[in-house]
Amino acid sequence: MTLIRFNVENRDGSVQELEIPDDMSLSLMEALKASDYNILATCGGMALCATCHVQVKEGLSKIPEMGDDEIAMLDTLPDAHHDSRLACQIRINELIEGAYFKILGIEHE
Amino acid sequence: MITTDICIVGAGPVGLFAVFEAGLLKMRCHLVDALPQIGGQLSEIYPQKPIYDIPGYPTINAQELVDNLLKQIEPFNPGFTLGERVEKLERQEDKSFIVTTSENTQIRCKAVVIAGGLGCFEPRKPAVERLEEFEGKGVAYMVRNPELFRDKEIVLAGGGDSALDWTIFLSDVAKRVTLVHRGETFRGAPDSAEKVAHLAESGKINLILKSNITKINGNGHLNEVTIAGADNAEYNINADYLIPLFGLSPKLGPIADWSLNVEKSAIQVNTFDYSTNIEGIYAIGDINTYPGKLKLILCGFHEAALMCQSAFKYVFPDQRLSFKYTTVNGVNAF
Repeated sequence: MTLIRFNVENRDGSVQELEIPDDMSLSLMEALKASDYNILATCGGMALCATCHVQVKEGLSKIPEMGDDEIAMLDTLPDAHHDSRLACQIRINELIEGAYFKILGIEHE
Repeated sequence: MITTDICIVGAGPVGLFAVFEAGLLKMRCHLVDALPQIGGQLSEIYPQKPIYDIPGYPTINAQELVDNLLKQIEPFNPGFTLGERVEKLERQEDKSFIVTTSENTQIRCKAVVIAGGLGCFEPRKPAVERLEEFEGKGVAYMVRNPELFRDKEIVLAGGGDSALDWTIFLSDVAKRVTLVHRGETFRGAPDSAEKVAHLAESGKINLILKSNITKINGNGHLNEVTIAGADNAEYNINADYLIPLFGLSPKLGPIADWSLNVEKSAIQVNTFDYSTNIEGIYAIGDINTYPGKLKLILCGFHEAALMCQSAFKYVFPDQRLSFKYTTVNGVNAF
């Protein structure tokens, strides 16, 4: 087991380094929820709701490319950027070590 | 007016199985769903995906599970109102409820069961000031009646398939169609993207890429939108209608206004019988929450069974419930 470290910027601008083990087959969305970030994740990780929308400010090039479902969903969003991703489609592994994610998805009502 | 014992909001797997459990106790059900077909997420979103955690089925396709559930509840002859969103809930003097849908269908029932899953899918709105002020007055999130747009100046916003398709369609109807997309390219259906590019080259539509709508203006009705390009310089164009097409996002919808206790977009229930804070209203499946909640179809099935034991007292207040196994009693149709 290796601890993967990366930075997360919350909606209020606060930044925190997270350490998540790589042997629990977690997605970034699941890791953020488990770390008490306010993420809806309505669809449970099927790239259907975009409520786990994040911007990858550092480390984007190392993260595996998007699948068709994720591309299609991001294409429909009004506030997507060139470095937007869905956290549910990013796995916690060595490829995100040192990355910087900014949370964009809508909060709970 | 439709009269039934239990009105079930949501015709997904859990709502369907609730009909079975209710039927065993001789309670009749009517289901309402905002989607035009039965099956909820399973039919709408992933009909061909295999599900591996339904007891007794090592693997089953989502649509097959819906079809099987429909077959299972056939003896109980439930009613369906599809393509209509539940809007209003009114308590009557005799403690029954009247549920009213978006199309004004009314259902009178003794208990209400919310099995709404993710909620209903509503248009995703861009963050533009005064957007809601102009809803129905120039801002529309879907094209219900294309004739409304005949000879008008239309601005569409979005980069997905529906933005492309409606741009193509409305280019023959409207006086002028402008499509505003924040990206540089369209990754949707290549055929549609190509057609839109051709329409733009021939001057039939106005295609504005790498831009966003930042403001809207009007006096009682929309007449202008402000667009900002990559350099953030803003300019205005005339618009009778703005159609933002940014996909759909699941929301609790009007149920959120029913005075139910809601936590993180889910309805709080008592795990004794999955009742809500309002007597006679239950919530089962993905839409509810309680300590230890797992959003699994099989948990929803369990919740449906326990809920029915409790709802019985509203449907048959003078009767005592005796629990019977289907292996002993069979399934008696009505």
